[in-house]
Amino acid sequence: MGKYVLKKIAALILTLLAVSFVVFFLFSVIPGDPAVSKLGTNATPEKVEALREQMGLNAPFFVRYFKWLFGILHGDFGTSYAYSMPVTKLIGSKIPINAVLSLFAILIVAAFSVPIGVYTAKHKDGPADRIIMVLNQIFMAFPPFLLGLLLTFFFGIVLKLFSPGSYVGYDVNFGRFLGYMICPAIALAIPKTAMCIKLLRTNILEEAKKDYAKTAYSKGNNTTGLLYKYVLKNAIMPTITFVGMIFADMIASGIVIEQTFGIPGLGRSLLSAISVRDYPVVEAIIMLIAFGIVFVSALTDIIHAALDPRVRGE
Amino acid sequence: MIRFLKKHDIKWNIGMGLLVLLALFLLLGFVYHPYTTTQMDASAKLAGPELKHWFGTDNFGRDIYARVQEGLRTSVVIAFFATLIGTVGGTVIGAFTGYYGSYIDDVVMRIMDVLFAIPSILLALVFVSLSNSGMVNIIIALGISVIPSFAKMIRTEYKEQRKLEYVQAAKIMGASDLRIMFVHILPNVLPTLINCVLIAFNNCILAEAGLSYLGIGVQPPTASLGGMISDGQAYLKAAPHYVLFPGIVMMLLLLGFGLISDGDMKTNLLKRK
Repeated sequence: MGKYVLKKIAALILTLLAVSFVVFFLFSVIPGDPAVSKLGTNATPEKVEALREQMGLNAPFFVRYFKWLFGILHGDFGTSYAYSMPVTKLIGSKIPINAVLSLFAILIVAAFSVPIGVYTAKHKDGPADRIIMVLNQIFMAFPPFLLGLLLTFFFGIVLKLFSPGSYVGYDVNFGRFLGYMICPAIALAIPKTAMCIKLLRTNILEEAKKDYAKTAYSKGNNTTGLLYKYVLKNAIMPTITFVGMIFADMIASGIVIEQTFGIPGLGRSLLSAISVRDYPVVEAIIMLIAFGIVFVSALTDIIHAALDPRVRGE
Repeated sequence: MIRFLKKHDIKWNIGMGLLVLLALFLLLGFVYHPYTTTQMDASAKLAGPELKHWFGTDNFGRDIYARVQEGLRTSVVIAFFATLIGTVGGTVIGAFTGYYGSYIDDVVMRIMDVLFAIPSILLALVFVSLSNSGMVNIIIALGISVIPSFAKMIRTEYKEQRKLEYVQAAKIMGASDLRIMFVHILPNVLPTLINCVLIAFNNCILAEAGLSYLGIGVQPPTASLGGMISDGQAYLKAAPHYVLFPGIVMMLLLLGFGLISDGDMKTNLLKRK
């Protein structure tokens, strides 16, 4: 197990290094001079040259890359072009917002997909199963931002349970911040929950056909106990991997959902940084997101291996 | 007709029905188009659905019926070409890496893993916004972003097929590697390929909707479903129809493709068994 974890961590570091290289490379070949966009097109060439020197843009590519990478390792993502302040200061306070949003959504997915998945598998082809599967198919097709709008409409405007746009910062009032995050998290979670239910149902039905399940059943186990005690253990493995995969999707959809609910998170910073070509901020946000995704994917692999010795037994 | 319907899974039939419905809706636009997409009616701003404007009007008094049609058309065109890029790129990469294996496979798959670590909509978002958001750029960005998942699926199939007897037979008969890859193996991986295409198409529509919702997709005055939903959000209370109609059309489109890819998979599985 220890060897497996080490291997995963090594792979994680290598992937992140590669991502950092790709990101930095992309932003240095993109046309457009940040110095010019900062000074405006009327600036004299001398002024532009001086600023380029000051921003460190004249150094060779690899020197700039390693300087940047070295900075990241020390928690320094450089200086924002647009605000002339450390990037860490600009976006550091946004990270908890997105972390809470994604975690919240993942929790909702886990809390609902397991019981519903087991229930539908147990009552396969029953009326409840049929209705849930139809609803599932519909919910899977929903783009999260559309769901977000629907939730806003029903809970915000029709039922008046929450007021749209009344975001409260987590540092102001943590309780109300969490309360505001419920709707966006639900909007993020619903399509993924639908997918998880479907996956889990298929896997449970697959597993339940196997000999060990039949043996356990013939020995007098009742169906529910059997499902939870033996079958679920095996059937949930692909779902765990899947949850790791959808985490990437969650973060991406989170950027869009932020706009729907007016949450000033990483997504909003990213969009505004892109519009003013503030490359250090964009690079930092992409690196953070990539880190989150690679980390969670490694974590799910490790959990998977911890639960299933066959995976690590290579 | 009934025999044709029976040939497929019920999901496939419903999905196809939805898509035919949307196609008819698009065709209707060629026959019945009382307003252009940019024509403004100052006397009827944010008017609800009525006989004059079937889907109502937006905040500029533009006909939503006409704009939804245009948005649907743009979405489908973008998703179509992006999927085309993804299909060709992904199939070629997947075929070569899966067929040859060894270190090419390792290197290319590591690169794909890296691309996988950055969500495709994020990749497209950065690419499009930094290279001016024309339709062609959106298509290229989305196309590139679906290549990794495509390549992965096709690669696995090629790896399995490579070992089979018909490939060995073709080799002995002196067929070139390229011929084996694209004349002999490709037809055998077609079911997987079709499924990938459907999923990729779905993802492209979703991503395009997300991009245009963020205001980075197709630029106004050209209508896009995501853009309309984003504009309509401000009038959610006063004019819910502004969001409702583009939303419904987008959902039907996604649902249709989702059902078809699901049904298609089931039909193929049944055939194999």
